[in-house]
Amino acid sequence: MSNSANTQKKNSFLAGTANYVDERLGVAGVLKEFGRKIFPDHWSFMLGEVALYSFLVLLLSGTFLTFFFQPSMTEVVYDGVYAPLKGAHMSIAYASSLDITFEVRGGLLMRQVHHWSALLFVAAAGLHMLRVFFTGAFRKPREMNWVVGFVLFILGMGAGFTGYSLPDDLLSGNGLRIIDGMIKGIPFIGIWISSFLFGGEFPGTEIVARLYSLHIMLIPALILVFLAIHLVMLVVHKHTHYSGAGKKDTNVVGYPLMPVYVAKAGGFFFIVFGVIMLISTFFTINPIWNYGGYDPSPVSAGTQPDWYIGWLDGALRLAPTGMEFMIGGYTVSMNILLPLAVSLIFLALVAIYPFIENWITGDKREHHVLDRPRNAPVRTAIGAAGVMFYAILWAGASTDLIATQFKMSLNQVLTAMQISLIVLPIVSFIVTKRICLSLQRKDREIAIHGRETGRIVRLPHGEYIEVHEPLNDYELYKLVDYKDYQPTLARPNAKGKITVGARIRASLSKFYFKDRVSPASQSEIEAARHHAEEIEHEVQKAIEAAK
Amino acid sequence: MSEQSKDIERSQNSGLAVIKPDAVRDPGIEPHRVRMTDKSPKHAKNAARQVALLFALSMLGSAFALWAYFAFPLTEDLNTVRQNTLYLGVGITLGLLGIGIGAIHWAKTLMPDHEVAEDRHVLASSEDKRAAAIEIINLANKESGFTRRKLIRRTLYGALALFPLPGLIIFGDLGPNPGNSLRHTIWKKGTRLARDPYGTPIKASDVTIGSVYHVVPEGLVPGTEHYLEEKAKAAVLLVRVEPDKLIETEERKSWSYQGIVAYSKICTHVGCPVALYEQHTHHLLCPCHQSTFDLVDGCKVVFGPAARPLPQLPIYVDEEGYLRAQSDFNEPVGPSFWDRSVKS
Repeated sequence: MSNSANTQKKNSFLAGTANYVDERLGVAGVLKEFGRKIFPDHWSFMLGEVALYSFLVLLLSGTFLTFFFQPSMTEVVYDGVYAPLKGAHMSIAYASSLDITFEVRGGLLMRQVHHWSALLFVAAAGLHMLRVFFTGAFRKPREMNWVVGFVLFILGMGAGFTGYSLPDDLLSGNGLRIIDGMIKGIPFIGIWISSFLFGGEFPGTEIVARLYSLHIMLIPALILVFLAIHLVMLVVHKHTHYSGAGKKDTNVVGYPLMPVYVAKAGGFFFIVFGVIMLISTFFTINPIWNYGGYDPSPVSAGTQPDWYIGWLDGALRLAPTGMEFMIGGYTVSMNILLPLAVSLIFLALVAIYPFIENWITGDKREHHVLDRPRNAPVRTAIGAAGVMFYAILWAGASTDLIATQFKMSLNQVLTAMQISLIVLPIVSFIVTKRICLSLQRKDREIAIHGRETGRIVRLPHGEYIEVHEPLNDYELYKLVDYKDYQPTLARPNAKGKITVGARIRASLSKFYFKDRVSPASQSEIEAARHHAEEIEHEVQKAIEAAK
Repeated sequence: MSEQSKDIERSQNSGLAVIKPDAVRDPGIEPHRVRMTDKSPKHAKNAARQVALLFALSMLGSAFALWAYFAFPLTEDLNTVRQNTLYLGVGITLGLLGIGIGAIHWAKTLMPDHEVAEDRHVLASSEDKRAAAIEIINLANKESGFTRRKLIRRTLYGALALFPLPGLIIFGDLGPNPGNSLRHTIWKKGTRLARDPYGTPIKASDVTIGSVYHVVPEGLVPGTEHYLEEKAKAAVLLVRVEPDKLIETEERKSWSYQGIVAYSKICTHVGCPVALYEQHTHHLLCPCHQSTFDLVDGCKVVFGPAARPLPQLPIYVDEEGYLRAQSDFNEPVGPSFWDRSVKS
């Protein structure tokens, strides 16, 4: 009795609230539209979520830090609790960073949460990009969202670098010093940009406050805007799903937003936050008190930037000696401009890749079923080459540590890296492409003949065969459902002319699709099954005869 | 499947794709696999208990964090920072992970896990919608006369092109004209060489063979105006080697004193301090990008991305035996810039 009355009361409370909100906002329609929206489920889809949640953690922990941090480069004499630096001249920025660390309860924890989540944010965004690349999720209609994601990745690096420089410690000051040196190398306007950025000569008294404005306002605002566009596009496009039985370009298979996805994604936010908190509790990051305030003269050996800047630093290191030259009395610092150009071209290629591939395939259909990486061998190989290129540049930022840790000659390590930067991407392209093609052939074989059982049978006429077990329909479909392309010839256009574009497209299509393994067709599989049945029949007959 | 969603595969050009007439048929979504919690109420009840336990653990963690905040105040003893971070962090971690793992366990064990399919629709609008949109644009164009009234249109373009310029120019005071600042340091004739960071002058007799001094111009101590800016250009490394080992040009013979040489410490690559000296090889190494300079051979680059030798500071010894600069550097120190070799 009382139980049912309770239920009724609860219901009426919920209904009342819902009614109140809906009468003022009309959200019932929104909920009807989105409440049961389907989201596919796969572990690799969580990488983007990790990036998103790390960003939320960054906003929370960063807000906390702004309440205590003072972005001023005015010189003070330190008088805090950290004894080794007592009496040292330093900027207010550095002193307030020390105060957050040593005099605010939870301050060190929040500093570490902020730094670790920044590292995780860029890492997760990068892995998410790789997932999107290797599964072909950037294809139509998602090309623009790839570009938005790319911008987010760059903004993430920018947010990281501007934040890294704020405490004005020795390590980050040297980072800024390198930026200043690179800027000065830009022809014509380099020293002007440097003077404008630093408000005069390096290091000046402005840069921390300026980076602070960028770090806590402009860049996060841009990230929020692009994040919003990224997510709205995600909803408009509906999420991709991996190939498999029942999954088509015309549907989306997964779980409804409410309740399953809300519980999973919401819970996952807490897990990401919790793991960041766990790492920040136990692992020190950026112990600025060990470095001291910025001073242009000292530096410690083995200094490293945060990981996501490493590849740019590596590019600087790998530039060969003696590349600077003079033109009409002016200095051209190719030792800076070349790494800069290489990095920018690399990024530009990443940004426009979807458009290149689409131009080559000419496939204007919408693609919602993801490729297994093996089923797009050349794309996967290009991705592997790109990853290798990035990785060598990244490792290049640690040449000194590699040399000292492994007791090798620094010069040889660097020369080896320079050679590797050219050679290894090519090697990884070839190896990856071959691996993909082999996997495709294996898939095709399994699709047609079934799985090897290890059962060897000798037939009456002496032949030995291994019995194959056919796949069930669901396993089979996963192996054969992929898009197959073939190279094209350069064709004349409407005016009967073969354009240069058409020639390039034809040779690129050859590069992409010359080596291809077509998915097994129904007739091939049926023929093979028929053959297998005949053999099975013979086997049975032989067994009968043996009895 | 609706007619419209079928269009996704039909309506657009498939380019180089091979369309197989006898592709393997799609068997449809795999049948749902029943979980233990679906068929056994006992398992479901256990799972519910586990979820509740995780949420309870979260409450405990948060309460622990609250307690830790007050239980571990920060004092002069740096150990308290460690304790505060540790216990606060452990509590908050439990508070977060309890909720996270609990919610996901709930979703995985107790919420339905039937895969559901939903139709997609072609993203492009239907033909009549497109026609309507074009109609609206044409109407707007007609009503405003945007294409018809060329004068208005072109002056508008002009105005739109110019209006951001004041917005750019107001950033003009971000920094001064770099002028000649990069070509000069505060070294001048007679400035004594002093130890960094103490500021005490150095006697030639203090500099034994093989020893390295980090040097600043005398008088440049923390607290002086533009201390860091001046130091970023004026920092010098002073080393004494056996005089017969020095390879010096005629012009520079007088720049050193009995094997004592002074070179700019600011790397000619991107400006890091070249702080590492290797006694055996007489090499100076920049820790940032490993540019290596041969100290006895005019600090020429022997390795790494730097292109130019480190600038040398000409020195002499006064009557009291103190090291002094003969003049400023004879070229701009630090990273290269476009017109560094242009005399101004």
